[in-house]
Amino acid sequence: MGLNQRTALDLIESVKRGKINSSDIIKDVLKRIKDVDSKINAFAHLNSAEDLFKNAEGKKSGRLAGIPVALKDNLCENDRLTTCSSKILSGFKPPYSATVVKKLEDEGAIILGKTNMDEFAFGSSCETSCYGTTRNPWDTKRIPGGSSGGSAAAVAADEAVMALGSDTGGSIRQPAALCGVVGMKPTYGRVSRYGLIAFASSLDQIGPITKDVSDCALLLSVISGHDESDSTSADMPVPDYTDFLGSEIRGMRAGVPKEYFVEGSDPEVEKSVRKAIETFRGMGVEIVELDLPHTKYAVGTYYIIASAEASSNLSRFDGVQYGHRSSSSKDIIDLYSATRSEGFGDEAKRRIMLGAYVLSSGYYDAYYLKASKVRTKIKEDFDNAFKKCDVILTPTSPTPAFKAGEKMNDPLNMYLSDVYTIPANLAGIPAVSVPCGFTKSGLPIGLQIIAQAFREDNIIKAAHAFEVTAKCNNRKPDLG
Amino acid sequence: MDISIDSVRNVAKLARLKLSDRELEFFAGQLAIILEYIDQLKKVDTSGVEPTSHVLPIQNVFRKDSTGSSLTQSDVLKNTASSEGGLFKVPRVVEES
Repeated sequence: MGLNQRTALDLIESVKRGKINSSDIIKDVLKRIKDVDSKINAFAHLNSAEDLFKNAEGKKSGRLAGIPVALKDNLCENDRLTTCSSKILSGFKPPYSATVVKKLEDEGAIILGKTNMDEFAFGSSCETSCYGTTRNPWDTKRIPGGSSGGSAAAVAADEAVMALGSDTGGSIRQPAALCGVVGMKPTYGRVSRYGLIAFASSLDQIGPITKDVSDCALLLSVISGHDESDSTSADMPVPDYTDFLGSEIRGMRAGVPKEYFVEGSDPEVEKSVRKAIETFRGMGVEIVELDLPHTKYAVGTYYIIASAEASSNLSRFDGVQYGHRSSSSKDIIDLYSATRSEGFGDEAKRRIMLGAYVLSSGYYDAYYLKASKVRTKIKEDFDNAFKKCDVILTPTSPTPAFKAGEKMNDPLNMYLSDVYTIPANLAGIPAVSVPCGFTKSGLPIGLQIIAQAFREDNIIKAAHAFEVTAKCNNRKPDLG
Repeated sequence: MDISIDSVRNVAKLARLKLSDRELEFFAGQLAIILEYIDQLKKVDTSGVEPTSHVLPIQNVFRKDSTGSSLTQSDVLKNTASSEGGLFKVPRVVEES
Protein backbone atom coordinates (compact mmCIF):
# COMPACT_ATOMS: atom_id res chain seq x y z
CA MET A 1 0.00 0.00 0.00
CA GLY A 2 1.37 3.43 -0.97
CA LEU A 3 1.88 5.96 1.81
CA ASN A 4 -0.62 8.21 0.02
CA GLN A 5 -3.36 5.69 0.83
CA ARG A 6 -2.78 5.78 4.57
CA THR A 7 -4.39 8.11 7.10
CA ALA A 8 -2.55 11.04 8.66
CA LEU A 9 -2.62 9.52 12.16
CA ASP A 10 -1.16 6.29 10.84
CA LEU A 11 1.59 8.13 8.90
CA ILE A 12 2.45 10.35 11.86
CA GLU A 13 2.97 7.23 13.99
CA SER A 14 5.34 5.76 11.37
CA VAL A 15 7.25 9.04 11.09
CA LYS A 16 7.63 9.14 14.89
CA ARG A 17 9.06 5.64 14.91
CA GLY A 18 11.54 6.70 12.24
CA LYS A 19 10.24 4.18 9.68
CA ILE A 20 9.46 6.83 7.07
CA ASN A 21 9.93 10.55 6.61
CA SER A 22 7.90 13.34 5.07
CA SER A 23 9.72 13.16 1.72
CA ASP A 24 8.63 9.52 1.35
CA ILE A 25 5.00 10.56 1.80
CA ILE A 26 5.30 13.42 -0.68
CA LYS A 27 6.99 11.12 -3.20
CA ASP A 28 4.01 8.72 -3.12
CA VAL A 29 1.44 11.52 -3.20
CA LEU A 30 3.10 13.17 -6.22
CA LYS A 31 3.34 9.86 -8.05
CA ARG A 32 -0.37 9.29 -7.49
CA ILE A 33 -1.22 12.79 -8.73
CA LYS A 34 0.90 12.18 -11.83
CA ASP A 35 -0.81 8.81 -12.44
CA VAL A 36 -4.45 9.75 -11.95
CA ASP A 37 -5.06 13.50 -11.94
CA SER A 38 -5.39 13.65 -15.71
CA LYS A 39 -8.56 11.56 -15.17
CA ILE A 40 -9.79 13.36 -12.02
CA ASN A 41 -8.71 17.02 -12.39
CA ALA A 42 -8.77 17.50 -8.62
CA PHE A 43 -6.03 20.13 -8.53
CA ALA A 44 -6.25 23.68 -9.82
CA HIS A 45 -2.74 24.68 -8.70
CA LEU A 46 -0.08 22.24 -7.52
CA ASN A 47 3.03 23.46 -5.75
CA SER A 48 6.31 22.40 -7.41
CA ALA A 49 7.96 19.14 -6.35
CA GLU A 50 11.12 21.09 -5.56
CA ASP A 51 9.25 23.36 -3.14
CA LEU A 52 7.41 20.47 -1.53
CA PHE A 53 10.55 18.44 -0.87
CA LYS A 54 12.38 21.50 0.40
CA ASN A 55 9.48 22.23 2.72
CA ALA A 56 9.44 18.63 3.95
CA GLU A 57 13.06 18.95 5.11
CA GLY A 58 12.31 21.44 7.84
CA LYS A 59 8.98 20.10 9.07
CA LYS A 60 9.71 17.63 11.82
CA SER A 61 7.57 18.77 14.74
CA GLY A 62 3.90 19.52 15.30
CA ARG A 63 0.68 17.55 15.25
CA LEU A 64 0.72 17.28 11.44
CA ALA A 65 4.49 17.03 11.01
CA GLY A 66 5.30 16.23 7.39
CA ILE A 67 1.70 15.54 6.32
CA PRO A 68 0.73 16.89 2.87
CA VAL A 69 -2.60 18.75 2.97
CA ALA A 70 -4.56 20.10 -0.02
CA LEU A 71 -6.42 23.41 0.22
CA LYS A 72 -9.58 24.46 -1.55
CA ASP A 73 -8.84 27.20 -4.09
CA ASN A 74 -10.59 29.85 -1.95
CA LEU A 75 -8.16 29.71 1.00
CA CYS A 76 -5.50 32.41 0.79
CA GLU A 77 -1.90 31.23 0.90
CA ASN A 78 0.80 33.86 0.93
CA ASP A 79 2.32 34.40 -2.54
CA ARG A 80 0.67 31.26 -4.02
CA LEU A 81 -2.10 31.26 -6.61
CA THR A 82 -5.56 31.41 -4.97
CA THR A 83 -8.27 31.95 -7.57
CA CYS A 84 -11.67 30.56 -6.42
CA SER A 85 -11.49 28.67 -9.74
CA SER A 86 -12.69 31.88 -11.39
CA LYS A 87 -11.30 33.81 -14.34
CA ILE A 88 -11.85 37.05 -12.43
CA LEU A 89 -9.12 36.06 -9.93
CA SER A 90 -6.71 34.73 -12.54
CA GLY A 91 -3.13 35.24 -11.45
CA PHE A 92 -4.06 36.32 -7.91
CA LYS A 93 -1.35 35.64 -5.33
CA PRO A 94 -2.54 36.82 -1.90
CA PRO A 95 -0.14 38.97 0.16
CA TYR A 96 -1.06 37.00 3.31
CA SER A 97 -2.15 33.53 4.46
CA ALA A 98 -5.50 32.52 5.91
CA THR A 99 -5.45 31.78 9.64
CA VAL A 100 -6.16 28.08 8.97
CA VAL A 101 -3.18 27.94 6.61
CA LYS A 102 -0.92 29.42 9.29
CA LYS A 103 -2.26 26.94 11.81
CA LEU A 104 -1.53 24.02 9.46
CA GLU A 105 2.01 25.27 8.84
CA ASP A 106 2.59 25.85 12.56
CA GLU A 107 1.75 22.19 13.13
CA GLY A 108 4.20 21.05 10.45
CA ALA A 109 1.82 20.33 7.56
CA ILE A 110 3.04 20.66 3.95
CA ILE A 111 0.65 22.58 1.69
CA LEU A 112 0.31 20.58 -1.53
CA GLY A 113 -1.61 23.09 -3.61
CA LYS A 114 -5.15 24.23 -4.37
CA THR A 115 -8.02 21.99 -5.31
CA ASN A 116 -10.63 22.67 -7.96
CA MET A 117 -14.04 24.00 -6.91
CA ASP A 118 -17.23 25.46 -8.29
CA GLU A 119 -16.52 29.09 -9.16
CA PHE A 120 -16.64 31.07 -5.88
CA ALA A 121 -18.19 27.93 -4.30
CA PHE A 122 -21.39 28.45 -6.31
CA GLY A 123 -22.44 24.94 -7.18
CA SER A 124 -22.94 21.34 -6.15
CA SER A 125 -21.00 19.58 -8.91
CA CYS A 126 -17.65 21.29 -9.52
CA GLU A 127 -18.82 22.01 -13.07
CA THR A 128 -18.76 25.81 -12.81
CA SER A 129 -14.97 25.98 -12.36
CA CYS A 130 -12.97 27.89 -14.98
CA TYR A 131 -10.56 24.92 -14.95
CA GLY A 132 -13.15 22.37 -16.09
CA THR A 133 -15.06 19.72 -14.16
CA THR A 134 -13.48 17.53 -11.50
CA ARG A 135 -14.45 13.87 -11.96
CA ASN A 136 -15.71 11.45 -9.33
CA PRO A 137 -13.01 8.83 -8.62
CA TRP A 138 -15.69 6.12 -8.28
CA ASP A 139 -17.06 6.78 -11.78
CA THR A 140 -15.31 9.40 -13.88
CA LYS A 141 -18.46 10.02 -15.96
CA ARG A 142 -19.96 11.48 -12.80
CA ILE A 143 -19.38 14.66 -10.81
CA PRO A 144 -17.66 14.61 -7.39
CA GLY A 145 -20.22 16.96 -5.82
CA GLY A 146 -19.42 20.50 -4.86
CA SER A 147 -18.38 23.01 -4.26
CA SER A 148 -15.33 21.45 -2.50
CA GLY A 149 -15.34 18.69 -5.16
CA GLY A 150 -11.60 18.90 -5.83
CA SER A 151 -10.74 18.44 -2.14
CA ALA A 152 -13.13 15.47 -1.75
CA ALA A 153 -11.97 13.82 -5.00
CA ALA A 154 -8.28 14.33 -4.10
CA VAL A 155 -8.74 12.59 -0.74
CA ALA A 156 -10.91 9.81 -2.23
CA ALA A 157 -8.39 9.14 -5.02
CA ASP A 158 -5.48 9.21 -2.53
CA GLU A 159 -3.96 12.26 -4.24
CA ALA A 160 -3.85 13.95 -0.82
CA VAL A 161 -3.72 12.58 2.71
CA MET A 162 -6.20 15.19 3.94
CA ALA A 163 -7.74 18.42 2.70
CA LEU A 164 -9.62 21.53 3.73
CA GLY A 165 -12.88 22.65 2.15
CA SER A 166 -15.46 25.30 2.90
CA ASP A 167 -19.17 24.76 3.46
CA THR A 168 -21.86 27.42 2.93
CA GLY A 169 -24.80 25.16 2.11
CA GLY A 170 -23.26 21.68 2.04
CA SER A 171 -20.07 22.27 0.07
CA ILE A 172 -17.95 20.02 2.31
CA ARG A 173 -20.52 17.37 3.25
CA GLN A 174 -22.18 16.74 -0.12
CA PRO A 175 -18.92 16.10 -2.05
CA ALA A 176 -17.64 14.03 0.89
CA ALA A 177 -20.79 11.86 0.63
CA LEU A 178 -20.54 11.55 -3.14
CA CYS A 179 -16.83 10.66 -3.02
CA GLY A 180 -17.03 8.26 -0.04
CA VAL A 181 -14.89 10.27 2.42
CA VAL A 182 -15.46 12.07 5.73
CA GLY A 183 -16.29 15.80 5.63
CA MET A 184 -17.27 18.09 8.49
CA LYS A 185 -18.78 21.55 8.65
CA PRO A 186 -17.94 22.83 12.14
CA THR A 187 -20.18 25.16 14.18
CA TYR A 188 -20.30 28.70 12.76
CA GLY A 189 -17.51 30.52 14.62
CA ARG A 190 -15.53 27.39 15.57
CA VAL A 191 -12.93 28.05 12.84
CA SER A 192 -11.61 31.48 11.81
CA ARG A 193 -12.74 32.61 8.35
CA TYR A 194 -9.86 35.10 8.02
CA GLY A 195 -8.36 34.52 4.57
CA LEU A 196 -11.29 32.49 3.26
CA ILE A 197 -12.50 34.39 0.20
CA ALA A 198 -16.06 35.18 1.29
CA PHE A 199 -19.19 33.77 -0.34
CA ALA A 200 -21.91 34.25 2.31
CA SER A 201 -20.36 35.57 5.50
CA SER A 202 -23.13 34.46 7.89
CA LEU A 203 -23.01 30.86 6.58
CA ASP A 204 -19.42 30.08 5.47
CA GLN A 205 -17.29 27.74 7.56
CA ILE A 206 -13.99 26.01 6.81
CA GLY A 207 -13.73 22.31 7.65
CA PRO A 208 -11.80 19.05 7.21
CA ILE A 209 -12.15 16.44 4.45
CA THR A 210 -10.38 13.23 5.42
CA LYS A 211 -10.17 9.48 4.84
CA ASP A 212 -11.64 8.64 8.23
CA VAL A 213 -13.20 10.09 11.39
CA SER A 214 -9.95 9.98 13.40
CA ASP A 215 -8.20 12.24 10.89
CA CYS A 216 -11.26 14.50 10.90
CA ALA A 217 -10.93 14.88 14.70
CA LEU A 218 -7.21 15.63 14.36
CA LEU A 219 -7.57 18.22 11.60
CA LEU A 220 -10.52 19.89 13.36
CA SER A 221 -8.43 20.23 16.54
CA VAL A 222 -5.68 21.97 14.57
CA ILE A 223 -7.82 24.51 12.70
CA SER A 224 -10.33 25.46 15.45
CA GLY A 225 -10.07 28.42 17.77
CA HIS A 226 -10.56 32.12 18.32
CA ASP A 227 -8.81 34.58 16.03
CA GLU A 228 -8.59 38.33 16.50
CA SER A 229 -8.74 38.77 12.74
CA ASP A 230 -12.25 37.24 12.60
CA SER A 231 -14.57 38.87 15.10
CA THR A 232 -17.20 36.17 14.46
CA SER A 233 -14.83 33.41 15.61
CA ALA A 234 -15.90 32.10 19.00
CA ASP A 235 -13.75 32.86 22.03
CA MET A 236 -14.15 29.40 23.53
CA PRO A 237 -11.63 26.74 24.53
CA VAL A 238 -10.85 24.10 21.89
CA PRO A 239 -10.86 20.51 23.12
CA ASP A 240 -8.57 17.92 21.59
CA TYR A 241 -11.22 16.20 19.48
CA THR A 242 -9.14 13.02 19.20
CA ASP A 243 -9.88 12.49 22.92
CA PHE A 244 -13.46 11.58 21.91
CA LEU A 245 -12.43 8.76 19.57
CA GLY A 246 -13.44 5.36 20.88
CA SER A 247 -16.01 6.75 23.33
CA GLU A 248 -18.91 4.61 24.48
CA ILE A 249 -22.15 5.82 22.86
CA ARG A 250 -24.62 3.51 24.60
CA GLY A 251 -27.44 5.66 25.97
CA MET A 252 -26.87 8.46 23.45
CA ARG A 253 -30.12 9.68 21.86
CA ALA A 254 -30.28 10.02 18.07
CA GLY A 255 -33.15 11.88 16.38
CA VAL A 256 -34.50 10.88 12.98
CA PRO A 257 -36.50 13.70 11.33
CA LYS A 258 -39.28 12.45 9.06
CA GLU A 259 -38.88 15.47 6.76
CA TYR A 260 -35.54 14.05 5.57
CA PHE A 261 -37.11 10.81 4.37
CA VAL A 262 -39.56 12.02 1.76
CA GLU A 263 -40.28 11.36 -1.90
CA GLY A 264 -37.52 12.50 -4.20
CA SER A 265 -34.78 10.68 -2.34
CA ASP A 266 -33.07 7.83 -4.11
CA PRO A 267 -34.40 4.51 -2.67
CA GLU A 268 -30.89 3.06 -2.34
CA VAL A 269 -29.79 6.12 -0.34
CA GLU A 270 -32.80 5.85 1.97
CA LYS A 271 -32.25 2.11 2.47
CA SER A 272 -28.59 2.60 3.33
CA VAL A 273 -29.30 5.42 5.79
CA ARG A 274 -32.10 3.39 7.44
CA LYS A 275 -29.64 0.54 7.84
CA ALA A 276 -27.15 2.95 9.46
CA ILE A 277 -29.84 4.03 11.92
CA GLU A 278 -30.40 0.36 12.83
CA THR A 279 -26.65 0.02 13.36
CA PHE A 280 -26.85 2.84 15.91
CA ARG A 281 -29.82 1.14 17.58
CA GLY A 282 -27.74 -2.03 17.77
CA MET A 283 -25.01 -0.07 19.57
CA GLY A 284 -27.44 0.89 22.32
CA VAL A 285 -28.36 4.30 20.94
CA GLU A 286 -31.95 5.37 21.60
CA ILE A 287 -33.66 6.33 18.33
CA VAL A 288 -36.15 9.20 18.64
CA GLU A 289 -38.60 10.34 15.96
CA LEU A 290 -38.41 14.06 15.24
CA ASP A 291 -40.27 16.85 13.50
CA LEU A 292 -38.34 19.62 11.77
CA PRO A 293 -41.40 21.19 10.15
CA HIS A 294 -39.67 24.10 8.37
CA THR A 295 -37.18 21.89 6.53
CA LYS A 296 -39.02 22.33 3.22
CA TYR A 297 -38.42 26.09 3.32
CA ALA A 298 -34.67 25.81 3.88
CA VAL A 299 -33.59 25.84 0.21
CA GLY A 300 -35.68 28.93 -0.61
CA THR A 301 -34.46 30.72 2.51
CA TYR A 302 -30.89 29.83 1.72
CA TYR A 303 -30.96 31.05 -1.87
CA ILE A 304 -32.23 34.45 -0.74
CA ILE A 305 -29.76 34.91 2.12
CA ALA A 306 -26.72 33.33 0.47
CA SER A 307 -27.24 35.16 -2.84
CA ALA A 308 -27.80 38.49 -1.06
CA GLU A 309 -24.58 38.10 0.90
CA ALA A 310 -22.73 36.88 -2.20
CA SER A 311 -23.80 39.83 -4.33
CA SER A 312 -22.47 42.13 -1.64
CA ASN A 313 -19.22 40.19 -1.08
CA LEU A 314 -18.48 39.87 -4.80
CA SER A 315 -18.79 43.60 -5.42
CA ARG A 316 -15.09 43.85 -4.52
CA PHE A 317 -14.15 42.16 -7.78
CA ASP A 318 -14.03 45.18 -10.04
CA GLY A 319 -10.66 44.86 -11.77
CA VAL A 320 -8.98 47.63 -9.79
CA GLN A 321 -6.93 46.00 -7.04
CA TYR A 322 -6.45 42.39 -8.15
CA GLY A 323 -7.36 39.75 -10.68
CA HIS A 324 -8.63 40.16 -14.20
CA ARG A 325 -9.05 43.66 -15.62
CA SER A 326 -10.85 44.25 -18.90
CA SER A 327 -8.69 45.87 -21.55
CA SER A 328 -11.67 47.37 -23.37
CA SER A 329 -13.04 50.02 -21.06
CA LYS A 330 -13.70 53.67 -21.83
CA ASP A 331 -14.55 54.94 -18.33
CA ILE A 332 -14.54 53.73 -14.72
CA ILE A 333 -18.09 52.30 -14.70
CA ASP A 334 -17.36 50.52 -17.95
CA LEU A 335 -14.14 49.15 -16.42
CA TYR A 336 -16.17 47.57 -13.60
CA SER A 337 -18.92 46.21 -15.83
CA ALA A 338 -16.67 44.89 -18.58
CA THR A 339 -14.28 43.27 -16.07
CA ARG A 340 -17.11 41.58 -14.20
CA SER A 341 -18.89 40.40 -17.35
CA GLU A 342 -15.71 38.90 -18.73
CA GLY A 343 -14.50 37.49 -15.41
CA PHE A 344 -17.57 35.85 -13.86
CA GLY A 345 -19.18 32.67 -15.20
CA ASP A 346 -22.93 32.21 -15.64
CA GLU A 347 -23.66 30.79 -12.18
CA ALA A 348 -21.82 33.65 -10.48
CA LYS A 349 -23.77 36.16 -12.60
CA ARG A 350 -27.03 34.40 -11.76
CA ARG A 351 -26.38 34.52 -8.00
CA ILE A 352 -25.14 38.11 -8.05
CA MET A 353 -28.30 39.18 -9.88
CA LEU A 354 -30.59 37.14 -7.63
CA GLY A 355 -28.89 38.72 -4.62
CA ALA A 356 -29.10 42.24 -6.01
CA TYR A 357 -32.77 41.63 -6.83
CA VAL A 358 -33.82 40.40 -3.36
CA LEU A 359 -31.98 43.33 -1.75
CA SER A 360 -33.25 45.96 -4.16
CA SER A 361 -35.65 48.66 -3.07
CA GLY A 362 -39.23 47.40 -3.01
CA TYR A 363 -38.23 43.74 -2.65
CA TYR A 364 -36.10 43.78 0.50
CA ASP A 365 -38.98 43.12 2.94
CA ALA A 366 -40.69 40.53 0.77
CA TYR A 367 -37.53 38.50 0.20
CA TYR A 368 -34.54 39.24 2.41
CA LEU A 369 -36.36 40.16 5.61
CA LYS A 370 -38.87 37.33 5.15
CA ALA A 371 -36.04 34.82 4.64
CA SER A 372 -34.25 36.10 7.76
CA LYS A 373 -37.42 35.40 9.76
CA VAL A 374 -37.92 31.93 8.29
CA ARG A 375 -34.29 31.32 9.21
CA THR A 376 -35.28 31.95 12.84
CA LYS A 377 -38.05 29.31 12.51
CA ILE A 378 -35.57 26.78 11.06
CA LYS A 379 -33.16 27.45 13.92
CA GLU A 380 -36.00 27.03 16.45
CA ASP A 381 -36.86 23.65 14.90
CA PHE A 382 -33.35 22.48 15.77
CA ASP A 383 -33.43 24.06 19.26
CA ASN A 384 -36.61 22.09 19.98
CA ALA A 385 -35.22 18.89 18.47
CA PHE A 386 -32.10 18.96 20.63
CA LYS A 387 -34.24 18.90 23.76
CA LYS A 388 -35.05 15.31 22.74
CA CYS A 389 -31.78 14.07 21.30
CA ASP A 390 -27.97 14.49 21.24
CA VAL A 391 -27.44 14.01 17.50
CA ILE A 392 -29.64 13.93 14.39
CA LEU A 393 -29.20 11.29 11.67
CA THR A 394 -30.15 12.00 8.04
CA PRO A 395 -28.97 11.30 4.49
CA THR A 396 -26.30 13.83 3.43
CA SER A 397 -27.51 14.03 -0.17
CA PRO A 398 -30.82 12.85 -1.65
CA THR A 399 -28.99 11.02 -4.45
CA PRO A 400 -25.58 9.49 -5.14
CA ALA A 401 -23.23 11.23 -7.62
CA PHE A 402 -25.05 12.30 -10.79
CA LYS A 403 -23.68 12.39 -14.32
CA ALA A 404 -21.67 15.39 -15.50
CA GLY A 405 -23.91 17.77 -17.44
CA GLU A 406 -27.13 16.33 -16.01
CA LYS A 407 -28.19 19.41 -14.02
CA MET A 408 -26.15 22.18 -15.63
CA ASN A 409 -29.09 23.69 -17.50
CA ASP A 410 -31.46 23.38 -14.58
CA PRO A 411 -30.17 25.61 -11.75
CA LEU A 412 -33.15 25.01 -9.43
CA ASN A 413 -32.73 21.24 -9.66
CA MET A 414 -29.00 21.70 -8.91
CA TYR A 415 -29.88 23.85 -5.85
CA LEU A 416 -32.17 21.10 -4.55
CA SER A 417 -29.24 18.68 -4.28
CA ASP A 418 -28.34 20.57 -1.07
CA VAL A 419 -31.77 20.14 0.50
CA TYR A 420 -30.48 18.08 3.46
CA THR A 421 -27.28 20.01 4.12
CA ILE A 422 -28.52 23.63 3.97
CA PRO A 423 -30.50 23.63 7.27
CA ALA A 424 -27.34 23.15 9.40
CA ASN A 425 -25.74 26.21 7.78
CA LEU A 426 -28.82 28.35 8.38
CA ALA A 427 -28.85 27.26 12.05
CA GLY A 428 -25.05 27.57 12.39
CA ILE A 429 -24.72 24.05 13.84
CA PRO A 430 -22.06 21.40 13.12
CA ALA A 431 -22.61 18.38 10.88
CA VAL A 432 -20.50 15.64 9.35
CA SER A 433 -20.93 13.27 6.43
CA VAL A 434 -19.54 9.76 6.92
CA PRO A 435 -19.66 6.90 4.40
CA CYS A 436 -22.53 4.49 5.15
CA GLY A 437 -22.61 2.21 2.11
CA PHE A 438 -22.63 1.90 -1.65
CA THR A 439 -25.27 1.66 -4.36
CA LYS A 440 -25.47 -1.53 -6.42
CA SER A 441 -23.48 0.23 -9.12
CA GLY A 442 -20.73 1.05 -6.63
CA LEU A 443 -21.35 4.72 -5.83
CA PRO A 444 -20.74 5.88 -2.24
CA ILE A 445 -23.58 6.98 0.06
CA GLY A 446 -23.16 9.39 2.99
CA LEU A 447 -24.82 9.56 6.41
CA GLN A 448 -25.14 13.03 7.93
CA ILE A 449 -24.76 13.43 11.70
CA ILE A 450 -25.83 16.85 13.07
CA ALA A 451 -25.28 18.15 16.61
CA GLN A 452 -25.93 21.28 18.68
CA ALA A 453 -23.66 24.32 18.37
CA PHE A 454 -20.15 23.59 19.69
CA ARG A 455 -20.96 19.91 20.30
CA GLU A 456 -18.58 18.54 17.67
CA ASP A 457 -17.56 16.11 20.44
CA ASN A 458 -20.92 14.32 20.07
CA ILE A 459 -20.46 14.14 16.31
CA ILE A 460 -16.97 12.68 16.62
CA LYS A 461 -18.16 10.10 19.19
CA ALA A 462 -21.13 8.98 17.10
CA ALA A 463 -19.31 9.06 13.74
CA HIS A 464 -16.31 7.15 15.04
CA ALA A 465 -18.41 4.47 16.74
CA PHE A 466 -20.39 4.06 13.51
CA GLU A 467 -17.26 3.88 11.35
CA VAL A 468 -15.71 1.19 13.56
CA THR A 469 -18.92 -0.88 13.72
CA ALA A 470 -20.27 -0.52 10.18
CA LYS A 471 -16.88 -0.71 8.40
CA CYS A 472 -18.17 1.14 5.32
CA ASN A 473 -14.98 2.91 4.30
CA ASN A 474 -12.69 0.01 3.47
CA ARG A 475 -13.14 0.16 -0.33
CA LYS A 476 -10.97 2.18 -2.69
CA PRO A 477 -11.97 3.46 -6.15
CA ASP A 478 -10.37 1.61 -9.06
CA LEU A 479 -8.53 4.10 -11.23
CA GLY A 480 -6.40 1.58 -13.10
CA MET B 1 -43.74 34.29 -11.36
CA ASP B 2 -42.53 36.53 -14.18
CA ILE B 3 -39.61 38.89 -14.13
CA SER B 4 -39.45 41.36 -17.00
CA ILE B 5 -36.43 41.84 -19.22
CA ASP B 6 -36.38 45.45 -18.01
CA SER B 7 -36.06 44.44 -14.38
CA VAL B 8 -33.27 42.01 -15.22
CA ARG B 9 -31.55 44.79 -17.14
CA ASN B 10 -31.92 47.07 -14.11
CA VAL B 11 -30.57 44.46 -11.69
CA ALA B 12 -27.63 43.78 -14.03
CA LYS B 13 -26.90 47.50 -14.06
CA LEU B 14 -27.03 47.67 -10.25
CA ALA B 15 -24.68 44.69 -10.07
CA ARG B 16 -22.33 46.20 -12.69
CA LEU B 17 -22.78 43.39 -15.17
CA LYS B 18 -22.89 44.04 -18.90
CA LEU B 19 -25.25 41.53 -20.50
CA SER B 20 -26.24 40.95 -24.11
CA ASP B 21 -29.93 40.76 -25.09
CA ARG B 22 -29.58 37.00 -25.40
CA GLU B 23 -28.12 36.78 -21.88
CA LEU B 24 -30.85 39.02 -20.47
CA GLU B 25 -33.49 36.68 -21.85
CA PHE B 26 -31.62 33.58 -20.65
CA PHE B 27 -31.27 34.89 -17.07
CA ALA B 28 -34.83 36.28 -16.97
CA GLY B 29 -36.17 32.78 -17.66
CA GLN B 30 -34.01 31.13 -15.01
CA LEU B 31 -34.55 33.81 -12.37
CA ALA B 32 -38.32 33.51 -12.87
CA ILE B 33 -38.18 29.78 -12.06
CA ILE B 34 -36.01 30.38 -8.97
CA LEU B 35 -38.19 33.25 -7.70
CA GLU B 36 -41.31 31.17 -8.18
CA TYR B 37 -39.78 28.43 -6.02
CA ILE B 38 -38.69 30.98 -3.40
CA ASP B 39 -42.23 32.38 -3.27
CA GLN B 40 -43.30 29.39 -1.16
CA LEU B 41 -41.80 31.21 1.85
CA LYS B 42 -44.94 33.36 1.82
CA LYS B 43 -46.78 30.36 3.30
CA VAL B 44 -44.79 30.57 6.54
CA ASP B 45 -46.43 32.62 9.29
CA THR B 46 -43.65 34.87 10.55
CA SER B 47 -45.71 37.40 12.45
CA GLY B 48 -43.90 38.37 15.64
CA VAL B 49 -40.77 36.45 14.58
CA GLU B 50 -37.42 38.22 14.96
CA PRO B 51 -35.14 37.97 11.91
CA THR B 52 -31.85 36.07 12.27
CA SER B 53 -28.94 37.79 10.58
CA HIS B 54 -26.35 36.04 12.66
CA VAL B 55 -26.52 32.74 14.56
CA LEU B 56 -24.10 33.43 17.39
CA PRO B 57 -25.15 35.47 20.43
CA ILE B 58 -22.42 38.03 19.69
CA GLN B 59 -23.17 41.73 20.05
CA ASN B 60 -20.13 43.95 19.73
CA VAL B 61 -16.61 42.62 19.64
CA PHE B 62 -13.94 45.03 20.79
CA ARG B 63 -10.19 44.85 20.83
CA LYS B 64 -7.50 47.18 22.10
CA ASP B 65 -7.05 50.32 20.01
CA SER B 66 -3.36 49.79 19.41
CA THR B 67 -1.10 49.97 16.38
CA GLY B 68 0.25 46.86 14.70
CA SER B 69 1.93 45.85 11.47
CA SER B 70 0.01 46.02 8.19
CA LEU B 71 0.70 45.10 4.58
CA THR B 72 3.36 47.11 2.78
CA GLN B 73 2.48 49.32 -0.16
CA SER B 74 4.27 47.02 -2.60
CA ASP B 75 2.39 43.99 -1.22
CA VAL B 76 -0.91 45.76 -1.70
CA LEU B 77 -0.07 46.85 -5.25
CA LYS B 78 1.50 43.63 -6.50
CA ASN B 79 -1.77 42.15 -7.81
CA THR B 80 -3.12 45.15 -9.69
CA ALA B 81 -3.14 45.35 -13.47
CA SER B 82 -2.11 48.99 -13.39
CA SER B 83 -0.49 51.27 -10.83
CA GLU B 84 1.51 54.49 -10.84
CA GLY B 85 3.35 56.38 -8.13
CA GLY B 86 2.23 53.93 -5.46
CA LEU B 87 -1.45 54.22 -6.40
CA PHE B 88 -4.00 52.06 -8.22
CA LYS B 89 -4.50 53.49 -11.71
CA VAL B 90 -7.98 53.59 -13.28
CA PRO B 91 -9.60 55.48 -16.18
CA ARG B 92 -10.43 59.14 -15.57
CA VAL B 93 -13.27 59.54 -13.03
CA VAL B 94 -13.73 63.33 -12.98
CA GLU B 95 -14.82 65.12 -16.18
CA GLU B 96 -12.66 67.93 -17.54
CA SER B 97 -14.41 71.26 -16.96
